[in-house]
Amino acid sequence: MKSPERNPRDLTPESASPTDIAPLGRPQDKPAHERTGAEDAAMADWAAIEADPDFISLLKAKAAFVAPATAVFVVYYFALPIGVGWFPKLMETRVWGDVNLAYVFAFSQFLMAWLLAFLYVVVAAGWDKRAAAIIAKFQSREAK
Amino acid sequence: MIAEALAASGDKTALFMFLAFVAATLVITYFSARKSTGASAYFAAGRRITGWQNGLAVAGDYMSAASFLGIAGMIAFNGYDGFMYSVGFLVAYLTVLFVVAEPLRNAGKYTMADVLAYRLKPRPVRAAASLSTLTVSVFYMIAQMVGAGTLVRQLIPGVSYEVAVIGVGILMVVYVVFGGMLATTWVQIIKAILLMSGSVLLSILVLNKFDFDLGKFFASLTAITSTGANGEVVTRNFLTPGLLFKNPWDQISLGMALVFGTAGLPHILIRFYTVPDAKTARSSVVWAMLIIGFFYIMTTFFGFGAASLLGPDYLKAHGGTNMAAPQLAHELGGEVFFAFISAVAFATILAVVAGLTISASTSFAHDFFTNVIHHGKEHRPGEEVRVARITAFVVGAAAIVIAILLGPTVNVAFLVGLAFAVAASANLPVIVFSIFWKRFTTTGAVTGLLVGLVSSIALILVSPDFMKNAWFPLKNPAIISIPLGFLGAFLGTFLSREPSAENLFAELKVRANTGLGAEKAAPH
Repeated sequence: MKSPERNPRDLTPESASPTDIAPLGRPQDKPAHERTGAEDAAMADWAAIEADPDFISLLKAKAAFVAPATAVFVVYYFALPIGVGWFPKLMETRVWGDVNLAYVFAFSQFLMAWLLAFLYVVVAAGWDKRAAAIIAKFQSREAK
Repeated sequence: MIAEALAASGDKTALFMFLAFVAATLVITYFSARKSTGASAYFAAGRRITGWQNGLAVAGDYMSAASFLGIAGMIAFNGYDGFMYSVGFLVAYLTVLFVVAEPLRNAGKYTMADVLAYRLKPRPVRAAASLSTLTVSVFYMIAQMVGAGTLVRQLIPGVSYEVAVIGVGILMVVYVVFGGMLATTWVQIIKAILLMSGSVLLSILVLNKFDFDLGKFFASLTAITSTGANGEVVTRNFLTPGLLFKNPWDQISLGMALVFGTAGLPHILIRFYTVPDAKTARSSVVWAMLIIGFFYIMTTFFGFGAASLLGPDYLKAHGGTNMAAPQLAHELGGEVFFAFISAVAFATILAVVAGLTISASTSFAHDFFTNVIHHGKEHRPGEEVRVARITAFVVGAAAIVIAILLGPTVNVAFLVGLAFAVAASANLPVIVFSIFWKRFTTTGAVTGLLVGLVSSIALILVSPDFMKNAWFPLKNPAIISIPLGFLGAFLGTFLSREPSAENLFAELKVRANTGLGAEKAAPH
């Protein structure tokens, strides 16, 4: 579909072009991103992929990293407000010069966040390869 | 004294720097508006933004007035407790990284509601989601307007806070209407670079005052004197926790809002649609975390530095809680540096409001107006774009009015904390359930969104900051309203059945985890 001629001075973003957000009452098909699940269910055999052992083991691998990592950061993070809220005397212990445990603990949160993010990126690179392999497997199967 | 000095020279420098930034961004806006054809370009920048670019843009979207002006003021007035905001704002990105960024990129298109509507009945879900998007955006924007108002009042002596807020608000709305996502993305990137260099410079100048001796810097914080409520002189150790939050539950509730709220912020979520794939979405989160983390560590220097070098009393007399960072710049680098930091802060606000207005008006025009009221059909050509513009105007006006009613003395980091609470309570439960829970239904999504939205706002209205003899004792409602949001979504689901949604779960699961069928980058 080609959008109609427009005034080059008009800065209004074009609507109703092929990637637009709604069909806007015109007789074209709904744009791809606007379809609901029911409308483009036909593009792949979703149930078969879901039941595929490779896919199941990919999900397990993801959960095996994400669940404990989430637990670690939630516990580590909330230990800080719990510590300063209910154990203020402990947190006021001076660790380095006038710097107290409360500040050191808060600072360590930054390192914790960066470390977990780094680990996640390393691990997730492996998931990308496995996901690509699953897609390739099913696409070649459909081509046959 | 400062005001006179400003009237003499500084205001012109600051004004010039600010105008130069606005002019530069308007040029970018003009050219990208001409280049952008179609909604994929307008709303998602053609999905061709790279990882580090999007990381910078996410950081730019995130480091708002609350981060730069708000946290600096919070630390300068209350010491350690203000730094808790810095920690929470960064750790929040782990929730984004682990839970929402990749599934959202793989299964969604433009708005948060796209993901929710995929499996559920589109109309009720989009209506509720657009309501919560609008509310979160207005809350967030109020904070930016308050920051902008205080800043302009300092930059141009003689302009009242009210006039400043109205002027800034109108400028922002006008500016946003043409821009689109590509322009906004570049504005965010430029602003993030400016903000980072300004903060680094400010931190170096602070440390210079202490001969680059960290021990000496921290030692200066152990005895900060200020005037108490009854005029007495108080000396406090600013590294001690509990100067702001007397009730430990306040800290927990704020922490929950920050850590779980980011993953429900509409203007952050739509950033993940501007990249080509989930892998880039992931790398952009990590880039953003590096930049944001580095920035928040620096709040130590310019927040505590303002407390140590200027003191709370001086700051209270010179612009109040939101002006700590610019006043510190004035003290350390004179008029020119003050002008630069003010322009950076202003640019920050401008860019964030641009992102917010885009997400709010897109959501309303697309989700609510076209899809809900008109059943996905536009009655007249161009109607949706016009509705988006009217929405931008209405949202801006609402934020202006509330910002004027609140006045310049409210801390903007505190206000943003409330926006995070609303986002965490209304949006996060339904996003998590729709991605991870097969049984989830339309009724559950609507009740979850509404219960989270209503309970968080109701609790804010009866909290100590908005009510004398408050019914609810905590400053931030998250500790109650997040569980209520989850409970609402759970009960709504439990009381209904939707086999069609369950049948589509396999598809959503495959899409979210493999990226099969995800929207591709637009060709050149």
